[in-house]
Amino acid sequence: MDNNGCLPCTRREGFPAGLRVLVVDDDPTWLKILEKMLKKCSYQVTTCCLATEALKKLRERKDAFDIVISDVNMPDMNGFKLLEHVGLEMDLPVIMMSVDGETSRVMKGVQHGACDYLLKPIRMKELRNIWQHVLRKRIHEGREFESLEGFDFEGIHHLMRNGQDQCCDDVSLFALEDCISSTRKRKDADNKHDEREFGDSSSTKKARVVWSVDLHQKFVQAVNQIGFDKVGPKKILDLMNVPWLTRENVASHLQKYRLYLSRLQKQRDQKKCSSSGIKNPDLNPKDPGSSSIKNSMNKQQNVVSIDGFRCPNNGLVQLHESDFTVSELNKTEQRRALATNNIIPDPNMTKVSQIVLNQTFSPLNSEGNIEVFDCTIPTQYTWNQVPKRKLQDDPKSQSIASMVSSPSAASSIASSAVDNIIPVQSKSLMVNDQSSVTSNPGLKTQEFDASLIPELEFYQQNLLWGGEAAFSPLEEDLNFFLLQSECYNDMNFGMHNIDTSDYYYDPGLIADVPNHLLYDSADYSVVDQSLFIA
Amino acid sequence: MDKVRLQREAAFIRSSLLDQGYLDEQFIQLEELQDNDNPNFVEEVVTLFYTDSARLIYNIDQALLSNPTDFTKLDDYMHQFKGSCSSIGAKKVKNECNGFGEYCEVQNYDGCFRTFQQIKQEYITLKKKLETYFQLLKEAAQIK
Repeated sequence: MDNNGCLPCTRREGFPAGLRVLVVDDDPTWLKILEKMLKKCSYQVTTCCLATEALKKLRERKDAFDIVISDVNMPDMNGFKLLEHVGLEMDLPVIMMSVDGETSRVMKGVQHGACDYLLKPIRMKELRNIWQHVLRKRIHEGREFESLEGFDFEGIHHLMRNGQDQCCDDVSLFALEDCISSTRKRKDADNKHDEREFGDSSSTKKARVVWSVDLHQKFVQAVNQIGFDKVGPKKILDLMNVPWLTRENVASHLQKYRLYLSRLQKQRDQKKCSSSGIKNPDLNPKDPGSSSIKNSMNKQQNVVSIDGFRCPNNGLVQLHESDFTVSELNKTEQRRALATNNIIPDPNMTKVSQIVLNQTFSPLNSEGNIEVFDCTIPTQYTWNQVPKRKLQDDPKSQSIASMVSSPSAASSIASSAVDNIIPVQSKSLMVNDQSSVTSNPGLKTQEFDASLIPELEFYQQNLLWGGEAAFSPLEEDLNFFLLQSECYNDMNFGMHNIDTSDYYYDPGLIADVPNHLLYDSADYSVVDQSLFIA
Repeated sequence: MDKVRLQREAAFIRSSLLDQGYLDEQFIQLEELQDNDNPNFVEEVVTLFYTDSARLIYNIDQALLSNPTDFTKLDDYMHQFKGSCSSIGAKKVKNECNGFGEYCEVQNYDGCFRTFQQIKQEYITLKKKLETYFQLLKEAAQIK
């Protein structure tokens, strides 16, 4: 009995009841059966018989569903493509279904990022457990943010080093701190309901220390005073003389600081032989500290893997894998590669990124912190992937989440523009940092170009700051590239089945295809305009 | 007719369908899904299946008539049809589909054609039996 009378965002019964499932299958019989089965599991079910329709539903309200179940064979769109889209844009767990259980197909599904592959006929007991995919994903993301205890080393150091070179050092610092507190506020407001659901996971989270610029400065001073090789958390703590700070806080911060420095070193080494388009296979530092993060990252779909993206020489930045955004070649990366292979036109991407960079980071460009930009298109997608309902009580995770959830390409470019890749949290600070540098302090969207705001609003309801605003067009651009090529790729296939001789089909269905194309190009032109808003 | 007798007849058809492999466990699953919210769930699903699969059969017939034979298309349609059959647990029909798939792979038109006639045969047989089954249930339900 479906006892879920609640709105999607206020599920009062214990999870997993009320799980919001979107089922996509062109077979009406299966759709009916699955709907009934899922309802019996006390899930909230929405059915769709077309993949395009499903995507539309998903895009309309990004927060409307927890999990997607989709058939592999559908007339209008290959199930794998839908899978990619969902993963890239919404980062929801997707379960594939098929009557075909051939290993190669299953493998393909997994490679494309499916979190499960069910064989038809599907038993109800298989559906009962799908909530574990949702929970697993959320926990992983939580862990990712948690292990970062994010701090924007690069950003802070950047400020500290180049205080005078910046527009206004105070302003930048202020912006950073403002960011921290505002994201914390937002996070609290938005994620309360999630905390209720994940009572267990919240027990694993600790109170966060916000490493403000001041605090970090004290830290660095202490480290320098002691001598980097002789340094230890206790010594630092004593020197810093901050009463509320614990030894553990310092220890973990020190660990990250060390990672940051080693990464910096590597980058400097590479800078010497870098030029645009050089592939940077620099994987994570071999630091023990990072390996645990790495491991937890392995399962992430939103892991950034950065290599192979070629940019014409235009003084863009080189992305290095950070210790948290794993550069591991995992399934996600392959899948991203698959996604890329299908579609994105490089030149366009470059152009877009150029625009973004020129527009936002020129002051930074002059500084010589920038190295050659090198990242994969896949990377951008993966950035996108962090879902909205992320970590529960980490103030910074909110910022990360939103930061990451903004169109990835831009954010990755942006952050790299300033410096190397940083822990996710710090990235958000980074972005903020950049925007504050170039435009003004403060993180609210109103600081940004008004023309970009509609784009912003279209996107995540989480915080959208200045940094993100610049990036949203990119995502849209990417989406439409995807859609466009998808049309080209799949049109024939689609038309295959939508045969005029098929009496069953409504001629209207055939008309759908052109509309599909129209939709894409129209939006694309919208994006186009916004991209050139300088 | 007597209610109990009707029900017994229906039950007999049902068990023979299951025993003889016309239907498999999926059908039982459907029965288990039936509840007070959906008292005629199984019948609805079966009806939906026959309506929808009729179009798939038509497609396959057409594809078999077209020249040159598009085996990829045939395979696609058959795949859909097979998926549909699995929804109600139409075991025999589904098994015949495997044979069809094999002929498609080697592009054996005759094999495909013959197999498909068999598939249609099984399909119709099952349909008739299920129609009788549901009819009996309905009649039994109408008697107080």
